[in-house]
Order: sequence, then structure tokens, then C-alpha cells
Amino acid sequence: MSSNTNYINAKTGFASWALTIDHKRIGLMYLVSIMTFFLVAGVFALLLRTELLTPANTIMDAKRYNQLFTLHGAIMVFLVIIPGIPASLGNFMLPLMLGAKDVAFPRINLLSYYIYLFGAILALSSLWVGAIDTGWTFYTPYSTTTDGGVVLMVTAAFVLGFSGIFTGLNFIVTTHKLRAPGMTWFRMPLFIWGIYATAVIQIMATPVLAITLLLLIIERTVGIGIFDPVLGGDPVLFQHFFWFYSHPAVYIMILPGMAVVSEIVTVFSQKRIFGYKQIAFSSIAIAVLSFLVWGHHMFVSGQSELVGMIFSVLTFLVAIPSGIKIFNWLATMYKGSISLKTPMLWALGFIFLFTIGGITGIFLGTLSVDVHLHDTYFVVAHFHYVMVGGTFMAFMGGLFYWWPKITGKMYSEFWGAASTLMVVIGFNLTFFVQFIMGSQGMPRRYYSYLDQFQIYHQISTVGSYILGLGFVMAIWTLLRALKTGKPATKNPWHAATLEWTHTEVMPIEHNFHEQPTVNEGPYEYH
Amino acid sequence: MSTTSQTDSKRLFPLHDHFQRPEQQVDASKLGMWLFLATEILLFGGLFVSYAVYHQLHPELFKAAHHFLDVRLGAFNTVVLLFSSLTVVLAIHGAQQGKREMVLWNLFLTIAAAATFLVVKYFEYKHKFHMGLLPGYYFTNGILISPDESHIFFGIYFLMTGLHGIHVVIGMIVLSWLFYRTYRNEFGPQYYSPLEIGGLYWHLVDIIWIFLFPLLYLIR
Ligand SMILES: [Cu+2]
Repeated sequence: MSSNTNYINAKTGFASWALTIDHKRIGLMYLVSIMTFFLVAGVFALLLRTELLTPANTIMDAKRYNQLFTLHGAIMVFLVIIPGIPASLGNFMLPLMLGAKDVAFPRINLLSYYIYLFGAILALSSLWVGAIDTGWTFYTPYSTTTDGGVVLMVTAAFVLGFSGIFTGLNFIVTTHKLRAPGMTWFRMPLFIWGIYATAVIQIMATPVLAITLLLLIIERTVGIGIFDPVLGGDPVLFQHFFWFYSHPAVYIMILPGMAVVSEIVTVFSQKRIFGYKQIAFSSIAIAVLSFLVWGHHMFVSGQSELVGMIFSVLTFLVAIPSGIKIFNWLATMYKGSISLKTPMLWALGFIFLFTIGGITGIFLGTLSVDVHLHDTYFVVAHFHYVMVGGTFMAFMGGLFYWWPKITGKMYSEFWGAASTLMVVIGFNLTFFVQFIMGSQGMPRRYYSYLDQFQIYHQISTVGSYILGLGFVMAIWTLLRALKTGKPATKNPWHAATLEWTHTEVMPIEHNFHEQPTVNEGPYEYH
Repeated sequence: MSTTSQTDSKRLFPLHDHFQRPEQQVDASKLGMWLFLATEILLFGGLFVSYAVYHQLHPELFKAAHHFLDVRLGAFNTVVLLFSSLTVVLAIHGAQQGKREMVLWNLFLTIAAAATFLVVKYFEYKHKFHMGLLPGYYFTNGILISPDESHIFFGIYFLMTGLHGIHVVIGMIVLSWLFYRTYRNEFGPQYYSPLEIGGLYWHLVDIIWIFLFPLLYLIR
């Protein structure tokens, strides 16, 4: 009897979900919401790509195009990728991996989910007032003068920020105070280190975004004159504020991806991770450096040349901890017994695509090169390689990896592998050509283009359809497993972390039958 | 028999069941509050940076505009808040010694000080509304120097003191809730961490004002 109860069937009914303080259920609620918004914003992306099949009006006019790319960006950034891995997989796994019964503040955890939902509703309701066309960066003075529901969308981002702050706060305190007996800092799985570093950035950067957006709202409604040059304000100050948050936010997005890949690579090589401490500390190093490089977004905004040079050098430094991680993953695989299961395929895709994304970041961080590449498709390709090729590949990998633990079912390896392949092919078709057209001068966010770029745009659009299909296939494979998947065992991947070794097939409501104790590192495969 | 002693200790210290030990729960909630205070400071940090930028751009303007603030009222409010920080500490002290009356009285005094602060602030705001010294589009007083940008000072003034005022109101709500829980006899020498955590928040509200007062009222 008792072996059949788990966190899903322990309680039933709507209220048992809506008022739950179980971190696993909250993680699942986040997962469903995030995936829903991912599909919505993904459809927007496909519409944008379809419009770009021809330089003329293909399926929409320029105004609608501007609104759609803003919505695509804003939803993907604020509702999907930033909460993404931490709020869903992190919420579910962090207490399990630490050997805790729950996060430190379960009720605040639930509250942050509802704040997220409220923010999402605000963001979508801006569509009724009039979709905004500022781009997800809300640059002033355009954002203080254009029509549409700017205030609503900016308020949404403001509200969503608090959801992230509360989640981050919860994770930091949980990691400090709720580790199982014997779980020292260096016995924590690397996933925890990554999520912890992410939480630190969330706590320290998001309040600055909050005040920036508040100032923007007041600028727009009262005309306070902080950002609008007509009223005596300084639009570059907005850029400083905005990127002081939004560059660290890029690492809020990528660090959890690296965290997931660190788990997958070692488990599917059945070999102890190479350079545990380097990987752990490189997460912290990335978190610290992330606060010192925001000016690389403003090389052509009129900041002083000296400052530009300093930001350029500091930006290069980020490559060091990122490179350390890549080499450590490769060294972990070296002479390991690698099994190319679906999670591992996503992780390998991550390493391949993130490396391209990272190296092109160095191009853009180089002062002289950036003057040429700034605001071109090169930038678009670069950050999609990092955000989709990096974070989202890892997110999917993590979902496949932990799916047996979350649902108690095994997915189809064939369809899992097939979807990974589709995504990698579609992704490269879509975005690699964007590097080429960007380097030739195709500006980003343009509705139309010169004829010479048409072939690139068409390849990119076809690629995006394959990419979209790949993601739909992946999600469908996961969902189908719920119905037709074989029952999972407790530890199908022979992992050595607590969420696999000390729980039932699906964890019980309080995670563990008795408090686990830890006496060795997380990657000792016997 | 054993159930009574369990409910007894539960009454002395309500331990949530995902914690192992009382100290663990107290430490966790304190760390959580400290982190939250850090985010609050960063939130205000953006406003302090805006202040620094515009003060540097228009030093004369800031100097001229600040004469419209009443230093005496600002100083009075500073003393009021400092006094309230003392009473909050005394309330915690009372809880440690199990003196419920002392906790209740000091919480009451703290809430009263917060209310006094807001009343004084109300009269200050009213005066500025009356003179048209308002942010942005609503600025109607042209007698200051370089009137084109002088609205920026009042914009920053209202933003900073307004956001701080909101924090005072939230603080009053927290303190009232603590008062209610003390009244219901929930705290004692074993368990008073909510008082400490609420107190920490109130100290932050106080400290931010300690910075706002010289920056806005005492410009030289
Ligand atoms: Cu950046």
C-alpha cells in the first residue's frame, strides 16, 4: 500500500493543487505554464519567419511585425527562459537532491507561482490595450512615446521579477540551511551549484530591473524626466540600468542549463565528473563577472572609449569559466562508458551549439568588430545559439532525464532521439545563415530587406519549421509516455544523486521515508 | 500523555515539519530576511544612482530646489524613526524575557511613531502640492532657477520619499500583525523569531530614511 502512494496520488482535487505547498507540485505547475507560453511564443516566431519569406508584405504589415517580435521576445525572456529551468526542474529537484523535505519557505514558493501567473496575465492583457512594438528591451525614448500597452507590459515584467526574487531567495536559504546530514558544500550535485549561482544573480540583479521599470512607468505616465531627453532626461541612463540587470539575466538563463548538462554528462558516462570544484566555482565566477560587463551592449550608444575598452576586456573574461566547463565535460566523457540516450543527446547538442554561441559572443564583445555587427542578425543568431541552442536544449535534456522520476514512466527512446536530431538540424538551418547575413549587414528587427538576403531568409524560415516540428515532437514524446510509456524503475540511469537513490519511483509527498544521510560525493558510481 | 507534551512543545515553538530543529528554522528565516533586505537596498540603489547622476548634472538646481523642503519637519521625522527603532528593539528584548506587556507597549509605540511619521509627511506633501512643486507634467511652479529641469528634483524627491512611505505603510501592517500575535500569546522566550524578523525590516525602513534625509533636505 504505502509503496504505491506518491506526490501525485497522495491528494486529489483542484484545491490540492491550487493550494499545494509541495515543491514538486509547484514545480509541475510552473512546468505546464512555462511550456504553454513557450508554445505560444514559438508560434509567434514561426509567424515572423513566415513573414520574412519575402521582402514585401507576406502575411502581415510592418506594424504587426513589430508587435509580434516584441511579444515573441518579451514572452520568451520573461515568461519562459528566465523562470524556465529553476522554477520548474529546480523547484522539483533541489530539495530532493539536497535530501530535504521541501524548500525553506513553502508558502512563499506557492506565492511566487501566483505572482508569476499574475504577471503573465498582465503581459497578455497588454494585447487588448494594444500590443507594444518596442522590442523586449523597452528602450527609451521610444517606449515613452509610442502607443500601445507599454505600461501594462512593463508592469508585467516588474511583477514577474518579484516571482524570480522569491524563488531565488528560497533556493539560497534552502541550500544553506536544509542540506541532509553529511551533505557538505562539495558533496552537493553540480546542479545545485548552478541553481545556487543563478539564485544569487536573481536576487542581486532583479531589484535593479524592478526600479528601472518603475522609473519607466513613471516616466511614461508623469513625465518625470529621468530617461526622456525632451524633459531633460538621459536615455543612455536607461540603457545602463536596463543592461545592469539584463546582462546578468543572460546568465540567469544559461547557468541552469549548464547545471543540467553537468548532471547528464557524468551520469551517461558513468564516470565521476572531471574537475568538480572547477565546475562549481566557475558557476560562481560567471555570476560575479556577470555584473561587470553590461556596457558591452552600449559600445555604440555614446559611452566613453575607455569605458568601452574596459567592458570589452571584462567580457572576454567570461569566456574563461565557460571554457572551463566545456573542457571539464569533455574530459568527463573521455574514457567513460557513454550511453547515447536521449538526455545525453540533448546535452551533446548543448555543448556543440553553446560553444558556437559562446565564441560568437567573443566576436561581439570585441570593440571594433561590434561596431560593424551591432544590431545585425549576427547578434540575433548569437543569442539564439546561447538561449535556444544552450538553455532550451539543456531544459529538454533535463526533462527527458528526470521524466521517469517526475512521472514514473519511460519515454520512447526512438522518438526522443529523433526529436533531438530534428531540433539540432532545424536549429542550425535557422540560425547559422543568420550569422552570414548579419555579417553582411542585414539589420535585426527589420520588416523588409534587400533582395540579396532573400535566399538566407528563406533557408532560415524552412529551418524554423523543422525546428518547431522538432520541439513539438519532443514534447509529444514526453506526453505520450504518460499514457503508453513503460513503468520506470527507481533509478533507470544508475545515477548516484539522492533524488534517484533514496526515493520511490515517484517521490512520496514528503520526499523520503526517512532522512537520508550522505557520506560521499554525488558522482561515485560503483 | 505523549501527545500533550508534543502539543505543549508545539505551542512553545511551532516547528514546521520540513525543518529538523528549531535553530534551523530560526536561522533559515533570518537568512531569508537578510537576503530580502539586500534586494530592498538594491531596489533603492537605482534611485540613489539616479539622484547622484542628476545631482552631478545640475548641482545649482538641486541646491536651489531643496530650500523648498522643510528641514525642521525632516529632522523631526528622523528623530521619530530613530525612536521607533529603539522601541522595536525593546519589544524583542521584552519577548526574550517573557514580558508580554512590555512587548505590546513597545510595538504600540513603534506603530504610533510610524503613524506620526506619515502624518508629518502628509503635511509636507500637501504643502508641495499647493505650491505646484510636483514631478514632470504636473510641475507648475516657475520661480525656481532653470525651470526647464527643476521638476526633476521634485520627481526624485517624490519617488524616493514615496517609495519609502510605502515601506513605512507595509512596516505598520507587519508590526500590527506582530502586535496581534503577541496579544494572542504566541511569543515567549522560546519563540520570538517573527519579532526579530519584523524588527529587521523596520530597521531597514529606518536606515533608508537616515540616508534620504541628508541627501534631500541638507544639500550644500
Ligand atoms: Cu551582455
